[in-house]
Amino acid sequence: MAADPIISLPIISLRGVTKIYGEGPTAFQALKGVDLDIQQGDFVAVMGPSGSGKSTTMNILGCLDVPSGGTYLFKGHHVETLDRDQRALLRRRYLGFVFQGFNLLSRTTALENVELPLLYRGEDKKLRYEMGMAALDKVGLKDWWDHTPAELSGGQQQRVAIARAIVTQPDVLVADEPTGNLDSQRSIEIMELLTDLNRNSGITVLMVTHEPDMAAYARTIVHFRDGLVESIEAGVTA
Amino acid sequence: MLGTTVILAFRAINRHKLRSFLTTLGIIIGVAAVVTMVTLGNGATAAVREQISSLGANVLQLRPGQGFGRGGGGPRPPDFKERDLTAIENQLTGVRAVAPVVQSSGTAIYEGNNWSTTVYGTTSAYSEVQQWKVADGRLFLPDEEEAGKSVCIIGNTVRTNLFQGTEPVGQRMRIKGVSCQVVGVLATRGQGGFGDQDDVVVMPIKFVQRRFTGDRDISQIMVAVDDAYDTSTVQASLEELMRERRKIKAGDQDNFNVFDTKQISDTLTGTTTILTQIVGAVAAISLLVGGIGIMNIMLVSVTERTREIGIRLAIGAVAREVLMQFLVEAIVLSCLGGLIGLFLALIASVAIAPLMQVPFLFDVKVNAIAFLFSAAIGVVFGYFPARRAAALNPIDALRHE
Repeated sequence: MAADPIISLPIISLRGVTKIYGEGPTAFQALKGVDLDIQQGDFVAVMGPSGSGKSTTMNILGCLDVPSGGTYLFKGHHVETLDRDQRALLRRRYLGFVFQGFNLLSRTTALENVELPLLYRGEDKKLRYEMGMAALDKVGLKDWWDHTPAELSGGQQQRVAIARAIVTQPDVLVADEPTGNLDSQRSIEIMELLTDLNRNSGITVLMVTHEPDMAAYARTIVHFRDGLVESIEAGVTA
Repeated sequence: MLGTTVILAFRAINRHKLRSFLTTLGIIIGVAAVVTMVTLGNGATAAVREQISSLGANVLQLRPGQGFGRGGGGPRPPDFKERDLTAIENQLTGVRAVAPVVQSSGTAIYEGNNWSTTVYGTTSAYSEVQQWKVADGRLFLPDEEEAGKSVCIIGNTVRTNLFQGTEPVGQRMRIKGVSCQVVGVLATRGQGGFGDQDDVVVMPIKFVQRRFTGDRDISQIMVAVDDAYDTSTVQASLEELMRERRKIKAGDQDNFNVFDTKQISDTLTGTTTILTQIVGAVAAISLLVGGIGIMNIMLVSVTERTREIGIRLAIGAVAREVLMQFLVEAIVLSCLGGLIGLFLALIASVAIAPLMQVPFLFDVKVNAIAFLFSAAIGVVFGYFPARRAAALNPIDALRHE
């Protein structure tokens, strides 16, 4: 990545981040000192073989986990020192999550699923409805608001999950293999949706993927190997 | 935040209606059992009290001998005389009415029907002392009492068994071989602490003394105490009067006893109250078992919903909110169970009370306590599973299959 001529603070900055699972002789070092800066508005694809540390890094970036060592600055604030509840509040306020397995609440309508983060934010019923429907509209599922996940296709479920992730208008969308369970046509639709959110809504997208086709949608591609960042390259669309 | 968790709890319960119902079934049964038992028990206590008060409230029974028995092996203590009765009427303050009683048993016959019963010889004052009412016909006339005429008032059991549908008033029946005219029928009094109180034939005392007992002794004197006076004070002065009249020296034991019906009342209601408490306690254990049922299913539910908890934590629920959701779910379930239980108890009590011949008494306190107890069970037994849910790590929870 070429040096950015415009001096701007990265939204995410990892310095020397390590992560060790377990203790003693069985301890496993998943991250061995990761340095990574992500700029506001970027679309980052994280690639690498299994066990390379990309999922661990994403968990830390998504504030679901804490590093064993090193520093993590989110919008200039130290995250590694935050406790469980503080990280939950940070996720609620700034982050949205999309998972490979969709992870929608079963027997719950699309709208109720999308409204869930707003419920935790304490928004009132009217606003929840308006924002929830707007988010569903954005992913093209406005007419499906009263369907439960069992009544939706995989691609539709993932779009509901994306609507749930963006309903709070987060700064960063963390997507963990969002197309892993979808066929190529649905995958393309999801990638186009993520690209649109990145370009037109200004959401920074962090995506883990195995597939170079999907990574091709990103502006920046980060390769992980053996618990370290191997290389950072500009994406095709950059 | 509480509003949020309440919404979430109701949604979760609504999503799993059958499981929610099964979870709360223990509470439903427990609350229904406790409230039904206690309600019926209170009804039984009230029924006992009612029957005892039908013996006559504030009535002192004066009998010869000590205590219930005739006392010891010595000579039989003498019965009372009519002048004792007069003395009580004239010398004792706080007396509303005094009635002498002699008792005999025998067979009554009417047109080939036989019925063994108890014959009471007394005066019209007895009606006042015992608060007996005549449902049909009339009480004895003064001249019938004075002359000891062969007239009788019969209880309802006698009427049913002996007359079998015939209107008894005005009929002549035979009692212990003597013909007598029925002038009245007593109002039904039901089962008392001492057997069927309607299985009686009441006749003028002079008649019973002359034809059946053969002397002018009075075996029992009933003294009704005026409401304005303290029963125990009147009892003490009655005892003093009788000691004096029977010439009992200071330090010697009484050869008579005075029995306060209120004491029987207190003893019997005390017994039914204890029984109610025991049965209620047994039912309360089932309520406790219901609480453990809630905890059990909530724990299973936490495991089953691990992924859901992971989702909630990932999108920014703090641990406290997850804890509150599960706790509120448990409380809502146990409260709903409590309400359904109260409703079932109401139905059961209304249905069973007539079968047990006890009144249905809705006790707000019992219902309120049972409900609050069920809510408390939700808090206590919901807390452990809720804490477990809240302690989950979002990453592990999301990975859970």
